[in-house]
Amino acid sequence: MELAPFSARRIVQRFTGGIDGPLLALSLALVVLGLATLFSASYEQPARVTAQVSNLVVALAAMWLAARVPPQTLMRFAVPAYLVGIALLVAVALAGDVVNGARRWLHVGVARFQPSEMMKLALPLMLAWYFHKNESTLKLRDFTVAALLLALPVLLIARQPDLGTAVLVAAAGFYAIFFAGIGWKILAALGVLGLASLLPLWGMLHDYQRRRILTLIDPTQDPLGAGYHTIQSTIAVGSGGITGKGWLHGTQTHLEFIPEKHTDFIFAVYSEEFGLIGNVVLLTIYALLIARGLMIAANAATFFARLLAATITLMFFTYAFVNMGMVSGILPVVGVPLPFVSYGGTALLTLFISIGILMSIRSHRQLVQT
Amino acid sequence: MRLNQTRPSELRDHERELHFFQLRIGVAGFAVLAAFALLFMRFVHLQVVHHDAYTSKAEENRISIVPIAPNRGLILDRNGVVLARNYSAYTLEIFPAKVRDLERTIQELGEVIDVQAKDRSRFRKLFAEMRNAESLPIRARLTDEEVARFAANRYRFPGVEIKARLFRQYPYGEIASHVIGYIGRINQKDQEKLAELEVEANYRGTDYIGKSGLEASYQQELHGTTGFEQVEIDAAGRGIRTLARTNAQAGNNITLTLDIKLQEVAEAAFGERRGALVAIEPSSGGVLAFVSKPGFDPNLFVDGIDPASWAELNNSPDRPLTNRAIAGIYPPGSTFKPYMAMAALELGKRTQKSAIHDPGYFEFGGRRFRDSKKGGNGYVDLYKSIVVSSDTFYYQLANDMGIDAIASFMGKFGFGAKSGIDLEGEATGVLPSPEWKQKRFRRPEQQKWYAGETVSIGIGQGYNAYTPIQLALAMATLAANGDMYRPRLASYIDNLRTGERRHIEPALLKRIALKAENVEFVKRAMAGVNKEGTGARAFGSAEYTNGGKTGTAQVIGMKQNEKYDEKKVAERHRDHSLFIVFAPLERPTIALIAIVENGGFGARAAAPIARTVLDYHMLGKLPDEDAAAAARGAAAAPARGEAAAGAQD
Repeated sequence: MELAPFSARRIVQRFTGGIDGPLLALSLALVVLGLATLFSASYEQPARVTAQVSNLVVALAAMWLAARVPPQTLMRFAVPAYLVGIALLVAVALAGDVVNGARRWLHVGVARFQPSEMMKLALPLMLAWYFHKNESTLKLRDFTVAALLLALPVLLIARQPDLGTAVLVAAAGFYAIFFAGIGWKILAALGVLGLASLLPLWGMLHDYQRRRILTLIDPTQDPLGAGYHTIQSTIAVGSGGITGKGWLHGTQTHLEFIPEKHTDFIFAVYSEEFGLIGNVVLLTIYALLIARGLMIAANAATFFARLLAATITLMFFTYAFVNMGMVSGILPVVGVPLPFVSYGGTALLTLFISIGILMSIRSHRQLVQT
Repeated sequence: MRLNQTRPSELRDHERELHFFQLRIGVAGFAVLAAFALLFMRFVHLQVVHHDAYTSKAEENRISIVPIAPNRGLILDRNGVVLARNYSAYTLEIFPAKVRDLERTIQELGEVIDVQAKDRSRFRKLFAEMRNAESLPIRARLTDEEVARFAANRYRFPGVEIKARLFRQYPYGEIASHVIGYIGRINQKDQEKLAELEVEANYRGTDYIGKSGLEASYQQELHGTTGFEQVEIDAAGRGIRTLARTNAQAGNNITLTLDIKLQEVAEAAFGERRGALVAIEPSSGGVLAFVSKPGFDPNLFVDGIDPASWAELNNSPDRPLTNRAIAGIYPPGSTFKPYMAMAALELGKRTQKSAIHDPGYFEFGGRRFRDSKKGGNGYVDLYKSIVVSSDTFYYQLANDMGIDAIASFMGKFGFGAKSGIDLEGEATGVLPSPEWKQKRFRRPEQQKWYAGETVSIGIGQGYNAYTPIQLALAMATLAANGDMYRPRLASYIDNLRTGERRHIEPALLKRIALKAENVEFVKRAMAGVNKEGTGARAFGSAEYTNGGKTGTAQVIGMKQNEKYDEKKVAERHRDHSLFIVFAPLERPTIALIAIVENGGFGARAAAPIARTVLDYHMLGKLPDEDAAAAARGAAAAPARGEAAAGAQD
């Protein structure tokens, strides 16, 4: 068959069309590091590694699908996704499952999921859509509306209480507003206002949240309680040194001193075993991923696509920064996984859908030139 | 599509907008880099600058140092007979920190294992004394069956564990209990002492320490060196594996100069009577027998004595816990006379031929000092003064010598000074002198020394008060012609690890310059005591040469001219019976003192005990049970005639 090579290439091209090589390579590099670390952290439960691999397969499929959804189509999902998200958050507040003292989970058939997770994507989508719709006439009023759109889910999530996710969702909304072009002066004013509201906000915090912040300032105050996580993870990081203790040789990890070592604290495991060199490698990959994302944003075709791409990219940064900062003891302990590295299906799915969206924005940038 | 419809001006707007957006992208990129730089700096801070500190923290986390307590050294008699040893047994221990309701746990334990009231009260006592102890025993020495029964019920008792522990055991029980002493749980006071000696680290993992006797005085030798095991532990504190191990080194074995057979013979000779006996080898100071009666069973103390047994021992009027041989203080009575005679000869106050006429009393300052022999002994020379124990002779002699001369001469023989024996808790006693009185009393009229007080010093009464070890040491020194060796119980110390044997060499404390003829004379007089004098009844039939002196020490003061009537005086107010003896006359191998509290005349109670001990030592002869019993019986019910007939002191 003479046509065979030709059609095979076409099939491959059809299949890989819209997939961005650098994004895929960088995110997969992170996943591979994550799996290696997970293997070390899960010596007593090797099934976790295979579970994470199957999570990855699902996530990659979702990415592949998301990569072929044009931004214009995506824009149509913005309002419904936001509204469904809000509705689910309200449902959680009324009938959610309580786990560890917080009402975060919602039963959907056999599975449970956290609607707050969905908001991490739905809010940027909504704001990008809103700003895009009013692109030519952006005024202070529009930013005020955007702020309200932002505040509603953030408050609902904070009430659960899930301060970590609330802060992250708020950050996502803030990035959208920032890229939409809010004036520097307003930004500065908001900053001052934000600082001023810290005190009443402190009063609204739950005890355990206050304790987390206080123990950040001095973890040794409560070495076996709230400070335990930070103390043990800093010891893990610090004892790793420049070259690390070697893969599978982290004592803090293998003797169970690191809590939540597959999920939120997986960076402690990684850092103990791979040391400063490993950390630099990880920071570099994240930096390259973010650079690639910002490049895509800068070259995106529409205002919506630009805002969405930039916001998603900065969310990657935020997760990575907050997580590593918390593990190394410069940020309070909030429930944020290390993107692409931590164990967990939902997070991986959300992340790869985001990667897919970035890919889609990249492959649809030509619209400007036509 | 929308963009396609834009007009040129809108396009310019659009480009400005794009430029504006890209500026913000730049700002964001810069912020990202700054944040990552911050993280990088934090990583450098943790992983490079403070790496060592965090490494040691991680090591502290994972490595637990578990001490391995050393085996305690053994105590053996001079022939290698074991007097204190170790054996392994199971104990049931409670970890108070891991138990919610102590009382209930103990109650429920009682359903599984025999826990008696005394076990409970002992546990409570230990718990009160050592609040921060990791674990405390509720039952010691479990039988195999009990171990199995508890193992089956283990799940019901979190915080209760069976431990294999080494126990101290004293196979001879009460025999030589005051010599060997006992060990007990380390308490706060011991802890402070260990801290002072800076040996705390070597006591990690050790629960017991010598509390009295040799167990206390040779604690450092017996203890050994604690070993350590480095164990890797996880966050829950479970041991994962052993990383390194330094074995413990057992304590040193101590071999004594004491002969446990001789000791047994001596203790048996005492029977139920109270008193003390110290036998010393004059040429070395080695203690051959060391008795303080009554004794106690040191095994009671090993795993914490129960309060009932403790109260019984502690409150007994017989004071079984007092080591009479070193801490009991007795007037020497007439056993003081040979030293007085020695002093008189050495200082030229009397010659071997000096004699007096003894009317039965000595008058001084209008006061009449009574002789214990009514009517006196008639013509008494120095030799006879010892043999018949003339009081009048020594009243006069003391008065002639004066208190200062007596005190200074007796001081040479170790009277009123600690002997330096290798046991703790030695008393000083009192060697009377004007200086001593000055220090001892507060009121000026009491502080003054009266010449009359010197008179009764001569017969070993008055303020004279010495410990049996001092009296034994003086006897040994006289027997050795003035050579004084520090009394000691330990002969040599074996280091089991190196095989090294360290001999404790005889320590010659001093050579008292004495004229050989004087020593010869006093010894001959003492031999006379046992041949024809007050000691003849007990020693007349001895198959070896020997010299001795009886003594009777007043417990309560007698009024002048008051006749001492044994039967009228309450048992505890009866005189103490003393006897000093050495044998053989040439190159003596033993010198001893026997004291029987409230035993009456020295010849009657103490001398037969001394004879029994010497017979065994000199001839290897064990006492005839019937004869021994008869002797004790005779002592308990003295024949009336004998006292009158001149069993005189």
